[in-house]
Amino acid sequence: MGKIVAVTGNEAVAEALRQINPDVCAAYPITPATDLMQRFAGFISNGKVKTEMVLVESEHSAMSACIGAAAAGGRVATATSSQGLALMWEMLYIAAGTRLPIVMPLVNRALSAPLNIHGDHSDGMGARDTGWIQLYSENAQEAYDNTIQAFRIAEHLDIRLPAMVCMDGFIVSHSIERVEYLDDKAVQAFAGEYKQVNPLLDLEHPKSYGPLILTDLYHEYKRAQHEVMTKVKGVVLDVAADFKKMSGREYGLFEKYRLDDADIAIVILSSAAGTTKDIIDQYRDKGIKAGLLKPRLFRPFPYEEVAEALKHVKAIAVLDRADSFGGYGPLFMELCSTVISLDKKPLIINKIYGLGGRDYMPDQAEKVLNELTEIANTGKIKIVKEYIGVRE
Amino acid sequence: MKKKLWEKLTPGSVVLEAGNAVKFKTGSWRAFRPKWVEENCIQCLFCWMYCPDMSVNVKDGKMTGFNYDYCKGCGICALECPGKKGNKAIVMEQEGK
Repeated sequence: MGKIVAVTGNEAVAEALRQINPDVCAAYPITPATDLMQRFAGFISNGKVKTEMVLVESEHSAMSACIGAAAAGGRVATATSSQGLALMWEMLYIAAGTRLPIVMPLVNRALSAPLNIHGDHSDGMGARDTGWIQLYSENAQEAYDNTIQAFRIAEHLDIRLPAMVCMDGFIVSHSIERVEYLDDKAVQAFAGEYKQVNPLLDLEHPKSYGPLILTDLYHEYKRAQHEVMTKVKGVVLDVAADFKKMSGREYGLFEKYRLDDADIAIVILSSAAGTTKDIIDQYRDKGIKAGLLKPRLFRPFPYEEVAEALKHVKAIAVLDRADSFGGYGPLFMELCSTVISLDKKPLIINKIYGLGGRDYMPDQAEKVLNELTEIANTGKIKIVKEYIGVRE
Repeated sequence: MKKKLWEKLTPGSVVLEAGNAVKFKTGSWRAFRPKWVEENCIQCLFCWMYCPDMSVNVKDGKMTGFNYDYCKGCGICALECPGKKGNKAIVMEQEGK
């Protein structure tokens, strides 16, 4: 079996990419993902992988080269962050619309302006409508495990969609944690041989990628793309079941923490979920029935399953590490779409926290849980959307 | 052409049939039509080389006319045509006249 190591999130994901050994990687450095790709490029230089590295002049070109390589018939990976993802924007839609299973670790970082290199989810949330599958990771272990599973999910013959594996910039990407690595052979057997679908380099069967599709068929192609997304949940669960057999580690569409009998709940993504769990333990010790739901699969969002998990909760706070200016936080909007299906709708509020790497501290979780307790008791919401951890 | 239902589409809009552009007749886009004036033609084949489509018919190394199913009437052939003694072998005429 594998080994236990002390590594950063970037190091762990680079190790996952080494074990998968993709055919092609085109990347451009950007903080805080630079270190991830630098380590992976080191594996290439040292002959540890056979990956063809394409050094490009921008992230737009990186994703373009990945699209070309994937269409040619290769297993393809890249990584990026923040402005890099923003620069890829046009090509992200093309990768998804063309059904190319590119795997991309995304080290979540704030978007400019003002310029900031630290962690928040603005970049990933900006790409939520691109048609990519998105998995969010709480820590280095999850980022490593999700990267390995992402190849299986993306490349599944019923899916063939690109997948982003998100982890919090610096908080996870640059912090050293305990991570259990899997055995190389086990990972390779798990990922399996790459199966080509309509590869351009099959010269016996010439084909065209990227045709012009106008009013007579575009709507139908998008309908087909929507249909594929509806199948992703099932594949994510199947892959997770296989992964558990190999690793002993369990994954679902989301994680529930002390939620089954909870009266109040926090819904929160990624690393801040860890802090929140500690505070929930403290509130449980005080006799307050608090729980947590941490989405793992954000796109496609598992509305029915999340609704089922939250149907008994009286009050929910959705904590967003990104804002939609003039709207609510993106996770909050999903949770509103989720609870709308419930007969007995929980009261639901939105807190914006931790933008640009602002620390999410235990007292913030405490304040939110106190407010939720009051809302559950009085049945009244004072303010729906509010910034927390802000100087005022 | 019968339109496909969304369930029947090739994933990712990949076109699996090579050379199927032949089914898409673009001649109806044309507003101006190239007319070949054979007596001024020196058979230089500039029109054949410059045509951005494949709408100049050539047989046994000789220009024999245009394929109006695909010619969009861009006029590049007429512009490039050197003609004979200053008289063009290709002239553009307005469609429908």
